Amino acid sequence: MPHDDNDHFSPSGHPYQPDQDHPLTKWQAMEIAMRELMVEKGILTRKEITETVEAMDSRSPADGAKVVARAWSDSNYKARLLADGSAAINEMGFHADAMKLVVLENTPTEHNVVVCTLCSCYPRNLLGLPPDWYKQRAYRSRVVKNPRAVLFEFGLILPVKTQVRVHDSTADMRYLVLPTRPTGTDGMNETALAALVNRDSMIGVAQASDPK
Amino acid sequence: MGGQAADKIDLTQHNFALWEKRVDALLVLTSGKGYFTVDGLRRVLEDMGEEAFETMTYYERWIQSVNQNMLEAGAYSLEELSNKIAEVTARGETYGECSGGGE
Amino acid sequence: MTKKFVRVKDWFPPGHVRTPYFLRGKIGMIERQLGAFENPEQRAYRQKADKLQLLRVRFTMAEIWGKNAETPTDTLDAEIYEHWLEPINAT
Repeated sequence: MPHDDNDHFSPSGHPYQPDQDHPLTKWQAMEIAMRELMVEKGILTRKEITETVEAMDSRSPADGAKVVARAWSDSNYKARLLADGSAAINEMGFHADAMKLVVLENTPTEHNVVVCTLCSCYPRNLLGLPPDWYKQRAYRSRVVKNPRAVLFEFGLILPVKTQVRVHDSTADMRYLVLPTRPTGTDGMNETALAALVNRDSMIGVAQASDPK
Repeated sequence: MGGQAADKIDLTQHNFALWEKRVDALLVLTSGKGYFTVDGLRRVLEDMGEEAFETMTYYERWIQSVNQNMLEAGAYSLEELSNKIAEVTARGETYGECSGGGE
Repeated sequence: MTKKFVRVKDWFPPGHVRTPYFLRGKIGMIERQLGAFENPEQRAYRQKADKLQLLRVRFTMAEIWGKNAETPTDTLDAEIYEHWLEPINAT
């Protein structure tokens, strides 16, 4: 019997790993069993599970990029963003719990980089799911001690006069780095600017991209 | 974990599997409904210890933690879960075959 | 504005805490007050949680890592709950 191809693509169009065809692991069996048990008991509905998966798929770093582009274009917005990140992104229709988003501005003298050494806290509402490296031991243990060596592995070299500030998300705050606006971008509109803002620049392991 | 010796950063990125996204969704929904807190999730993950970190993937650890938290919350019993797991695994060999009932 | 300095307590309790190991016993500067939040140490064990003040504390790399610091003047900020902090006077 042919597989239903709709299962192989997420709503955002990306292919799932072909786990559908691989032998079931005990953890996958647990996931299926828990999900069905919870639906049977009325704890969750199938609809909300599907909708939550789809909502996750629809979030991407493009959302964070829009916030950055607005801050670059509008200095009043930038001031509000730096003073109260949650309130400022709410203005743009993005969600963050009150007082929980802190935006960190990169300048010629300060470069910010974010980590969660204790687990994998990440501003998912603005950036989507975190990359694998962010969740792994190498990044989490090394960036708090040797941030410049870690940044170098990402291809980023900072001058000595630029202080590196590492931010460990140990409690309720989530952090978004506001990268430096690249030169040669005068007059660009927000959409064009947002295209230069890559995910890694909002974590702090890269700069925003230069315009072509 | 900060400051411990570790390797070079591995920049490879795996595509999220559907089952992993479902684990994430289960976590978001059940914690959102108050069955447990993110703190409880983390506490169970920490209690799983170093070996779990070495031998299990990120989402394998998460589903284990969600399960333990849900058991602690009394959402279902271990017996109910055991029966359900047996029922699920009897359906077939692959994730696709076994997950038919959930969506 | 005067800077306020705090020391992170040298506690090493078994169990769920949100104060990283590498900051225990270290001295940092209060960067900002964040407000009151429920104690994660209680929430993690399904206890009724007290609201505690949460502070962002800034440490220099020199303070944390001593002579092993990559760049002594780089900094690290972390959010620490008030019961983990002792005020100290800057000299």
